[in-house]
Amino acid sequence: MRSAIFSYCSDPATLETFQWMSCYLTTGKHMAFYVSFGTVLLLLAITAPTALMFGFGGAMSARARFAPLSWLGRGYIAIVRGVPDIAFFLFFVIALDQGIEYLRHKVKCPDWDQPIRQGSDFIVCDIAKMPLGDSPQWIHETYGFALAVLTFAIVFGAFAANVLFGAMQAVPRAQIETAEAYGMTHRQAFWRILVPQMWTYALPGLANLWMVLIKATPLLFLLGVEDIVYWARELGGSKTAKFTAYPHPDWRMWYFFGLLVFYLAFTRVSELVLARITTRLSHGQATLGGEAQRKAS
Amino acid sequence: MKSLILTTAALALTAGMGLADTVRLGTEGAYPPYNFLNDNGEVDGFERELGDELCKRAELTCEWVTNDWDSIIPNLVSGNYDAIIAGMSITDEREEVVDFTQGYTPPSPSAYAAMSADVDLKGGVIAAQTATIQANHVVDTGATLVEYPTPDETIAAVKAGEADAVIADKDYLEPEVEASDMIFVGDDVPLGGGIGMAFRESDDDMRAKFDAAITSMKEDGSLNTLIEKWEVGGTW
Repeated sequence: MRSAIFSYCSDPATLETFQWMSCYLTTGKHMAFYVSFGTVLLLLAITAPTALMFGFGGAMSARARFAPLSWLGRGYIAIVRGVPDIAFFLFFVIALDQGIEYLRHKVKCPDWDQPIRQGSDFIVCDIAKMPLGDSPQWIHETYGFALAVLTFAIVFGAFAANVLFGAMQAVPRAQIETAEAYGMTHRQAFWRILVPQMWTYALPGLANLWMVLIKATPLLFLLGVEDIVYWARELGGSKTAKFTAYPHPDWRMWYFFGLLVFYLAFTRVSELVLARITTRLSHGQATLGGEAQRKAS
Repeated sequence: MKSLILTTAALALTAGMGLADTVRLGTEGAYPPYNFLNDNGEVDGFERELGDELCKRAELTCEWVTNDWDSIIPNLVSGNYDAIIAGMSITDEREEVVDFTQGYTPPSPSAYAAMSADVDLKGGVIAAQTATIQANHVVDTGATLVEYPTPDETIAAVKAGEADAVIADKDYLEPEVEASDMIFVGDDVPLGGGIGMAFRESDDDMRAKFDAAITSMKEDGSLNTLIEKWEVGGTW
């Protein structure tokens, strides 16, 4: 049974253009398309702060005076920035998934005597599966989504770490010297003087990253999350009357045009918000922007 | 690499068994009449009905999952679902990585479709879906191959003039040709050894269950009924 929203949708072939469109655009398949916009926005909403945290951690450890910690931070930045996104997405997610299952397998099935790798198969005992083979579909989906968020956060975190590292270096040395002269410890100077001031230097770089992140979301489909580009392609492809109540020729152009408008609108709104944040952060700073604000007031 | 499920078929939960085995069936969802997404966004088509019936006979609970064609075998092997039922022809090349059941359709012909009858099938530009037996065939004929990730895009390429002709399973092309200005050109090409379900090589038990279910559907004629209903080529 077709779950039609409008009662007249039971026989679309007889409908006028407007009514036909209203039925066509409310099919279950289109609803999945609309929901996928939410998926993308949710991904961004979770990934952006997570990536920023990874970035902050990476930058802090890259600056650390304890050498091994510094190597760790610098290594993270260098490796992840150097590997192409697509390769990272394909390799890392599979490796992570199998790594988790391997560890669970070792803990939960110590008596297992068969090899885990059999030819090209990767076999762990049933109770070590992530998620369990018999868990409901939403758990599989949530797990896939979580892997996607983590991967995005690690990739974009490395770029953010580089930006933040540069921003921390850009804060004038005199500021730290003054803090030290006041008797602040290294930690106090970092949190009270360096961090509040570095954002104005970091913002242009972070804003760039945000824009790139918005446009990178179609990589989601590589991870099996059905995103807006997948649905646009699926819905736009030509449909013959045999398999659908709504046959139509190749409409991909219109669907992709819709995506274009969505992305442009979204990046435009982001630009406006970022411009406001820049103004706020420049306030009272010893930078050109801060100086201009001082003169204007 | 987990994929969105479109629907759950809760079938044959044997009472008193406790947890029934859940089998996740992976398909492409873009290859009518074998498998496609209907207007509600659910997996539909010949293989949907076949798969549900097989699960019922094997007393298993099955769930449907869609996955990109390109990565459909790697994701089976790494365990994201348990079987592929996606119009996949049985070939020696694939047998090296996965194990197939017996075919549930007899070997079906592939065919070329084009906008005009005078295209050069041996030296022209031919569209085919990536990693299919048809794509391999084009390479063997010496024609120029252009590959597309989905079957739908191979048709669009011919209509847009990017390719001279498209080669695909004839059952897939038939409704497309009927509904457009395209025509079949050249002779049909027999390729592959029929279509079967693919399993991990370590999953012999499960494969045997489905194999037995296919045999029983062949014997009582219900498989032929399904094949005729969806017009997916010759019957047994």
